[in-house]
Amino acid sequence: MFTISTAPHMSSPVTTQTIMRDVIIALLPAALAAGLIFGIGAVKVMLTAVAGCVLFEYLISRYLLHKGNTTVDNSAVITGLLLAFNLPSSMPVWMILTGCFMAIGVAKMAFGGLGKNLFNPALVGRVFLFISFPVQMTHWPRPSWGDFLNTDVQTGATALGILKHLDVQSSATALSDQSSALSELPTYQEMFLGYMGGSLGEVSALALLLGLAYMLYRRVISWHIPFYYLATVFVFTCILWLYTGNIKYDPLSHLLSGGLILGAVFMATDYVTSPLSTGGKIFFAVCCGLLTVIIRLYGSYPEGVSFAILIMNAFVPLIDRHFIPRIYGTGRH
Amino acid sequence: MDNLILLNVLILGSIAFIAAIVLYFVSQKFAVSEDPRIDKTEALLPGANCGACGKAGCHDFAAACVKADAKSFANLYCPVGGAGVMEKIAALLGFTAAKKEPTVAVLRCQGTCENAPEKINYVGIKSCRLANRTFIGRTGCPTGCLRFGDCVSVCKFDALHIDEKLGIPVVDESKCTSCGACVNMCPRRLFEIRPKGANGNRVYVACRNTQKGAAARKNCKAACIGCMKCAKINPEIKVENNLSYIPSSVSADEFGAELVKNCPTGAIVCTKCSVEDKE
Amino acid sequence: MSSKKTFSIGGIHPDKFKITADSPVREAGLPEYVYIPVKQHIGAPAKILVQKGDKVKVGTLLADADGIVSADVHSSVSGEVTKVEDIEGEFGWLETMITVKVEGDEFEPAIDRSYDVIKDIPYTPEEIVQIIREAGIVGMGGAGYPTPIKAAVPHEKKPDYLILNGIECEPFLTADDRLMIERAEQIIVGAKIINKVLGIQNAIIAVDENKPEAIEILTNISRRYVGVNVQVCATKYPQGGEKQLIQAITGREVPPGKLPIDIGCIVQNVGTVYAIYEAVMKHKPLFERIVTVSGDACARPGNYLVRVGTPASFLIEQCGGVSEDVDQVIFGGPMMGTSAVNINAPITKLTSGILLLSRRITARPEEGPCIRCGKCVDVCPMGLRPFAIASFVRDNLYDELKPLRVADCIECGSCAYTCPAKIPLLDYCKLGKYELKKSK
Repeated sequence: MFTISTAPHMSSPVTTQTIMRDVIIALLPAALAAGLIFGIGAVKVMLTAVAGCVLFEYLISRYLLHKGNTTVDNSAVITGLLLAFNLPSSMPVWMILTGCFMAIGVAKMAFGGLGKNLFNPALVGRVFLFISFPVQMTHWPRPSWGDFLNTDVQTGATALGILKHLDVQSSATALSDQSSALSELPTYQEMFLGYMGGSLGEVSALALLLGLAYMLYRRVISWHIPFYYLATVFVFTCILWLYTGNIKYDPLSHLLSGGLILGAVFMATDYVTSPLSTGGKIFFAVCCGLLTVIIRLYGSYPEGVSFAILIMNAFVPLIDRHFIPRIYGTGRH
Repeated sequence: MDNLILLNVLILGSIAFIAAIVLYFVSQKFAVSEDPRIDKTEALLPGANCGACGKAGCHDFAAACVKADAKSFANLYCPVGGAGVMEKIAALLGFTAAKKEPTVAVLRCQGTCENAPEKINYVGIKSCRLANRTFIGRTGCPTGCLRFGDCVSVCKFDALHIDEKLGIPVVDESKCTSCGACVNMCPRRLFEIRPKGANGNRVYVACRNTQKGAAARKNCKAACIGCMKCAKINPEIKVENNLSYIPSSVSADEFGAELVKNCPTGAIVCTKCSVEDKE
Repeated sequence: MSSKKTFSIGGIHPDKFKITADSPVREAGLPEYVYIPVKQHIGAPAKILVQKGDKVKVGTLLADADGIVSADVHSSVSGEVTKVEDIEGEFGWLETMITVKVEGDEFEPAIDRSYDVIKDIPYTPEEIVQIIREAGIVGMGGAGYPTPIKAAVPHEKKPDYLILNGIECEPFLTADDRLMIERAEQIIVGAKIINKVLGIQNAIIAVDENKPEAIEILTNISRRYVGVNVQVCATKYPQGGEKQLIQAITGREVPPGKLPIDIGCIVQNVGTVYAIYEAVMKHKPLFERIVTVSGDACARPGNYLVRVGTPASFLIEQCGGVSEDVDQVIFGGPMMGTSAVNINAPITKLTSGILLLSRRITARPEEGPCIRCGKCVDVCPMGLRPFAIASFVRDNLYDELKPLRVADCIECGSCAYTCPAKIPLLDYCKLGKYELKKSK
C-alpha cells in the first residue's frame, strides 16, 4: 500500500534548522572580527556563552519541560553568539553564564521555548547583565590587533561614551577639553573596520554587513527592518546635526558606533520577536530607530539599541494586530 | 519630605475617589436588570457551558428555565447535571421535574487494532474530520473509527480516551454526562447517546458498516454482516442495508446474552451480560 | 507580445521537474475494461441510461446530465456494458461506475476522426452551447465545473476578457504544455468558438515563460487570427489559479463570493478549449484527455492520450510499473493533487497527471514549533494568514476564523510548502474551511 498524505505532497528544502544554520554562518564574520580585534578574551567569551546557552536549553527542555532535546534546531547557538557579541571581552565566566541563564531560562524557555518568547532572549540576557554588573559591562578593552593573547589589557571609553561625555560638559568648559575628548574618537575608517573599544560583535560594521548580505542572499530576512532602522537613525541624527551643528549628533558616528548595526541586522530581525507583515516591520524598525536615538541622546545611558528593541518587542503583538496584509479581492475596489 | 508624602496621598486618594464616582455612575447607567432567579438557577447548573441542552450555555439555559411554564419546563433538561440538578431547579422555581432515564455515549465501532489492522500509512494532521475527507481511513473500513481522537479533544468531562492497546476511544461511563459533543464531532457519527440500562447493562450493535458481509469482514473482524440472526431473536431488531440496529427498548438482561452468543462476528456488545464461551 | 505578467500577492517557486516537456503525446492504447464514473464533475451525478449487457460505441451517451450543474458522460470505448454498480474509487470510497468490456474500437458514425483543422464556425451561439452541453465538457483544469454554465453567460453580463489558461504551474505536469505545442491551431479556433458564444472579439492565451516552444508556436499561429493574443506570464506558483491569472492579466480582482464574470472575465483551461473545438468541429464528445505520467520514481515518464475510464494502473504499467521506490501515487499535481489509495481507479475528465513519487520528494520532516517567520503570510496568494488560522483551528476556535477569511483559501498549498517548521498549514486551513461551512 502507498502512503496517503494531504496536499501538498512536496515541501521546500528550507527548514527551521537550515534557517538557523544560515544565521550562524552570517554571524561568523563578526565572530572572526571579534577574535582578531580583541584576541583570546573574545574567543573565551563566545565559547562560554554558546556552551552556556545550549546547555541551559538542553537541561530545561529535557528535564523541566519534558519536550525532548530542543537544541537540535540550533537557535540556542544563535542566542549564545548574540549574547557574547553584546559583552566586552573581559567579562568573567560566571557572569556570562548568569546572562545565559537569563536569556535561555527566563526569556525563552519560561515562555514556552522557541517561537513563544515575547522578548529577544539575547537582549534580555544583555540588559540583565548590564543592569546587574554595570562596572564589568562598561569595562571596554581596547582593540589589540596582532597581539592575540592580549597580555596587556588597556581599557577606554566607547565612541558613544565619548559623544555622550561631550554632552555632559557645558559649553563653558575649555575648548581644549572638548578637542582632547574628540581626538580619542575613532576615525570613520576605524569605526567601519572595527578598530575601537566596545562589545565583541558590535565593533566591526564591515563584518556585520557581510553577514547581512549573506542573509539577504539566502532570503533568511527581508531588507525592511535593517534598512528602515538604520535609515531612521541616520535621518534623525542628520536633522539634529544640521540644525545644531553639534558634533555629538554626527550621523555617521551614530550609524557606525555602538550596537546599532548589530541590533538592526541580527536582533531586530529575529523572527519570533518582530512583526510578520511588511508594513508592521517598517513601523517596528522606524520606532526602534527613533527610540534608539532618543535614548542615546537624551537618556542616561550612552547606548540605546537594546532598550529600544526590547521596548518595541513588547509592542509586536499590537503591531501584528494592526498591520494585516490585504486580502485578495478586498480593499482595493 | 512630609509634604511630599502628603501630596502623594492626596493625589492618589483623589484619583481613587474620582474613579469610584465614575464607576458608580457607569454601573448605574449600564446596569442590566435581570430576574435574580436566573443567577440562582445558573448557580445550580454544572457550568460546563457545553450546549448539550440545546441552549447557548448555562446562563441561557437558566434563563429558559425561569421563563418556562410548567409545561415547557418538562422539555428542558440538563444532560450534564442529570436528574439531580433538574430536581433542584424545579424546587427553586416551583415546578416538578420530569423523570429521565440516565444516558451515556456509546461508540458504535469495534475497529480495534486487533479487529481492523491498519493497512494504509497516512501523513497529515491528526484529525478525523480532515482524514475523513481525504480518504477512506487507515483500516480501509468506510464507516469505522479513524482513531485520531477528535472526540477526545471535544470532550469537556475527560470521559473519552484513546485506548493505546485498542486504538479506539473508550468511554468512561462514570464521567460521561451524555452531553453529545462527541456525537456531533465524529465525522462518521459513530457515537450514540443511549440509556444506561438497568444496572448499567445495555446491548447494542457496535458497527455502522453497510457494506455486504464479505466486504465488511475484509477490513474488520467485528463488522456487522447483516446476517439477520439477531433479528430472529427479537423482532424489534431491524436489519437494513446489511446493518443491524438494536433499539434501546430491547432489554439487555433478557436478550443480551443470547444476542451476543448468536452474533457470528461479535459485532453485538453487551456491557454486563454473562456469556459462556462459545465453542 | 508584451512583457511578462504575474500576480502581485504571494506565490512560490517550487522545483519544476518538467521532465516530460519534450515527450510528444502518445496514444495509451485500450485496456481490457474501462470504469467510467458517472460523477466526474462538480454537481449532481449523471443519470445512468445504459444497463448490463448493452452494446456501446466510442462516444455513446452513457449517462445524462441531471439538472443544470451536471454533465453528460459518454463511453470512451466500444464494447459491452458488464456492470453498473459501485466500485472502489481513488480514495477507497465506493463510487458509481459503468464498467465496459472493450471489444474493438468502433466510433459513433458522427465523430470526425481526422486531424484536419476546420476553421469556419457554422453554428449560432445557442447551438454551440447546446453542443458543449451534449459533449459533457467540464473544466479540465481540475475544478470540474460543467463548462456550459460558464460559456452561457447572461447577456447583460458581457465579459471584457476571455483568458485561455495555458499556465501549468504545478511541478511535473506537462499535459497542457504538449497540448499547446501539438494542437495550437485547434486551441485558437476553440477560442474563436467561445468568442462567438460570448459575443466578444478578443482572447488572451496566457502561457508561463518556461514553455518557450508553446509560446513560439502559439504566437506564430495567432498572428493569423484577429483578436487572439499570447501573453507570457512569469513562472510562479499558483499562477494558473483562476483568481491569480485574472489579476496578472487584467489587474482586476475577483471579490470574495463573486465569480470572474462579475468583473468581466472568463477563464477557460486550454484543455477545455481544445475539447470545445473537438466537440463543435469534430462532433466528438469528451471521452479522452492528455495525461502526464511522471514522477521521480517513474521509469518511463511521458504524455499520453488516455480514454476516460482507463484504470491508472494500466497507464502506470506502460510507464514501467510501480517500483519499490514509489511512496505515493498522486492523481494530479504534487501541490494540489490527491494521493490515491487505489491505483486501479480510473482516469477521469479531470485527471491531468499520474505521478509516482518516492520518499525523496514526499518526505515530510517532523513538525516543529512555529518560529513566526511570516513566510506563510508572504507566500499566500490570497493574502491570508495561515499561521493564525492554524492556531485557531488547533484550539477548535472556529468562530475566530471568519475575520481571517479562511473561506477564501484556494488550497494551493503554498503555505505548507514554504513553512520551515513544516507545519501542515493547509490541513488546518482545509479543516477550518469545512468547519466554517458546517456551522453555517
